[in-house]
Amino acid sequence: MSSFKIFDVAGSGLAAESVRLNTVASNLANADSVSGDPSTVYRARHPVFEAVRAAVAAGLGPASAGFGAGGDSASGAAVRVSGVVESTSPPQVRHDPGNPLADAQGNVYAPNVNVIEEMTDMISASRAYQNDVEVMNTSKDLMLATLKLGE
Amino acid sequence: MRVAVSPASRIFDTDPMPSLLDLNAYLGIQPQALELQSRRMQVLADNLANVDTPNYKARDIDFQAALAAAGGAAGGPGAPVRLATTDARDIGAAAGADGSPALKYRVPLAPSLDGNTVDAQLEQAAFADNTVRYQATLSFISTSLRNLMTAITGS
Repeated sequence: MSSFKIFDVAGSGLAAESVRLNTVASNLANADSVSGDPSTVYRARHPVFEAVRAAVAAGLGPASAGFGAGGDSASGAAVRVSGVVESTSPPQVRHDPGNPLADAQGNVYAPNVNVIEEMTDMISASRAYQNDVEVMNTSKDLMLATLKLGE
Repeated sequence: MRVAVSPASRIFDTDPMPSLLDLNAYLGIQPQALELQSRRMQVLADNLANVDTPNYKARDIDFQAALAAAGGAAGGPGAPVRLATTDARDIGAAAGADGSPALKYRVPLAPSLDGNTVDAQLEQAAFADNTVRYQATLSFISTSLRNLMTAITGS
């Protein structure tokens, strides 16, 4: 039954969005982790999403009556996190000679985490997550209704 | 003397009472509509899962064209398989050679910088719309089956 693939697709969306939420949490938690060396300071991390069409499309069965799924028209584009990249923007320099981590110039280096960006990213991720949950719930309801057909 | 006709065309016979034992003819286009709606649900779920994927292009099924093609394949009315464009934004793409519904790319209202054309609100609306249609088709089939049961049990 092709509807089961909706769970795979929506599930992949949930997994990807939760990775994104995870990086947001990591970035926010480390927003103030200063370091005395700009090369070792924490850098904001962001996941890179990628559509996986081929893997799911390969699992699509042969063309069924009337509505086959073949070739380029095959649906089934799950999403996966192809990697987590670190932001390349320079760390913030703070002059804080009293800090025990301060270097010879009295500077400490704070992560290049933009808290506002992270918060909006978090809202976007949680909305997308909710959408995927909604898709799953609706599909489940429809499948259950289909199973009860004729009763 | 009655001549044997192909199952799909029996429902369109001049005989007002179709053979009730032929469920495919009895239910008409509804099972195919249900399958198409199920596939559309899948496509919309793909779009919603990839709402944040860079360079992902949202897709959808041209429902009317696909259903017309299915009706044609089943020997129903409108037998020539010709995909009509129902909207000025439609691309006049033909269905696959195997009769699978052609997936068309959405024309984004507001293109985003990362090349993604999924509009979450639009997809959600389409998903809700498709859900209601699916349920309507289900209840059509359900009612047909109940009518059949009434005829069989006679009560």
